[in-house]
Amino acid sequence: MTDNQQRTRSMIRGGLSLLFVAALYEAVARSGYFPAVLLPTLPTIVQTLIAMLADGTMLQHAAFTMYRVMFGFSLAVVVGLPLGILMARHPRIEHFFLPLISALMPIPSFALIPLFMLWFGIGNTTTVLIVFYAATFPMAFNTWSGVRSVNPIWLRAAGAMGADEHSLFWKVIIPGASPFIITGMRQAFLRAWIGVVGAEMIAASDWGLGWVIFDAKEFLNADVMLAALAVIGFIGFVFERAVFGTLERATIQRWGMVRVAKG
Amino acid sequence: MQPIAIRDVSLNYDTPGGKVQGVANVSIDIDASEFVCIVGPSGCGKSTLLNIIAGFLSPASGQISIGGKPVTGRGMDRGVVFQDFAQLFPWRTALGNVSFGLEMKGVANPERDKIAREQLRLVKLEKFTDSFPHHLSGGMQQRVAIARALAYNPSVLLMDEPFAALDAMTRDDMQRLLADVWRETRKTVIYVTHNVAEAVYLADRVVVMSAHPGTVKAIIKIDLPRPRDPLSVEFLDCQKELMGHLGHNTNGAALNGHGA
Ligand SMILES: Nc1ncnc2c1ncn2[C@@H]1O[C@H](COP(=O)(O)OP(=O)(O)OP(=O)(O)O)[C@@H](O)[C@H]1O
Ligand SMILES: [Mg+2]
Repeated sequence: MTDNQQRTRSMIRGGLSLLFVAALYEAVARSGYFPAVLLPTLPTIVQTLIAMLADGTMLQHAAFTMYRVMFGFSLAVVVGLPLGILMARHPRIEHFFLPLISALMPIPSFALIPLFMLWFGIGNTTTVLIVFYAATFPMAFNTWSGVRSVNPIWLRAAGAMGADEHSLFWKVIIPGASPFIITGMRQAFLRAWIGVVGAEMIAASDWGLGWVIFDAKEFLNADVMLAALAVIGFIGFVFERAVFGTLERATIQRWGMVRVAKG
Repeated sequence: MQPIAIRDVSLNYDTPGGKVQGVANVSIDIDASEFVCIVGPSGCGKSTLLNIIAGFLSPASGQISIGGKPVTGRGMDRGVVFQDFAQLFPWRTALGNVSFGLEMKGVANPERDKIAREQLRLVKLEKFTDSFPHHLSGGMQQRVAIARALAYNPSVLLMDEPFAALDAMTRDDMQRLLADVWRETRKTVIYVTHNVAEAVYLADRVVVMSAHPGTVKAIIKIDLPRPRDPLSVEFLDCQKELMGHLGHNTNGAALNGHGA
């Protein structure tokens, strides 16, 4: 089977899983056990979604959310990646940060939202910082693991060929740690995405997918909530598959450093 | 190419269980462009000695000089090939791997590419310049490793059982290829092996090391004309002699070419 055939197959399989769940939902929604306002049928949700897409509001909300998540995520990469590398290379930095990371990483970013609101008010600062908090630790932690797992024989071979510290770093350690670095980015983005929606519910006003959901509660607009959820899920999916999947295929999969993903 | 002088080199490893002797009082003189094999029982210190020559370890006592210059650390006058196939950088193509040393040396691109391709041609991999290591067989990967070690033109090539993990047939091909490469490049080669037939096939001289303490037991000159015929009577006689020095039973069944 060629790569393309395999990808088509996995797309069909994925589509079938989705279709099945959708059919199940539709059956429950139409069963009449629950009021239609609370459990709108799929056509209603789709209509709402199309309407919100057509008048541009949904895209505007999504754009706000994307802006916040990309801002916070980029900051997290800029801080977490060098931090992880430094930790792996310098025992003192490791001693200082490792316990800190172990203690801070398990705190859910949601739990910090009220505190950040007190400090930074409602708006982008708080949401971006929540995203940053959620994403930095997995980024640093995975990078740290990756650098430590770089095969020593690569360092030895590079050293024998006259590599100085600078080349060793850019041409051996970074690519050698790349499977972990990419995993770190994936996990960081996932946490960032979860964090941004949570933060927008409480700490954003007027714009953002999280805010849409929370705001819709006031008017019992379950269809709006579900439409926003669909967009949230869709963007998350696109990032996981299209962005990180492509990155992985272009690098570590091409280099044979990880096996090809199935499904 | 450069001669190598190894004088009274000793090294001990500090382990949690105490001092472990790596090598003790090893002295060997190697001529320029000579091919020297080091054989000896497992754990006698062959890799340790090679790593000292490469500059990865510094000896507790003794000196090594290459072309009259004392060895104080790693240097681009030496190329190193390891046993492990994983020594290649998986994120670089065959050409990229071979170019690495040239990049470090500051050779700029049209020139660098040309030299790297030339080296790959030398190991008969010119068709695989753009392949990543995971698409190459073990034997091909080791050939890339040899090309990589030769690319920045060191005068000495150090090899630690580079073909040990290959099947017997591929290994025979690789030995032939290495003999050709050596004839063309005239590098001074130090080659560690477990394999007596391999040593007799490749070496001008074979250094036999003894286990505990890891020291030189005998140095045997192999005076066979090249290219050598592993099935000739003289070849088998040489093998027998070498095995005698290694302390093997010389009339037993272990004498079938790939023993040791
Ligand atoms: N990093 C190390 N730390 C401690 N002891 C070591 C280390 N490397 C090797 N030794 C010890 O030094 C001795 C020589 O080891 P070395 O690897 O040089 O042997 P070798 O002749 O290459 O063996 P083999 O043929 O199995 O590769 C052995 O007794 C080994 O246990
Ligand atoms: Mg060894």
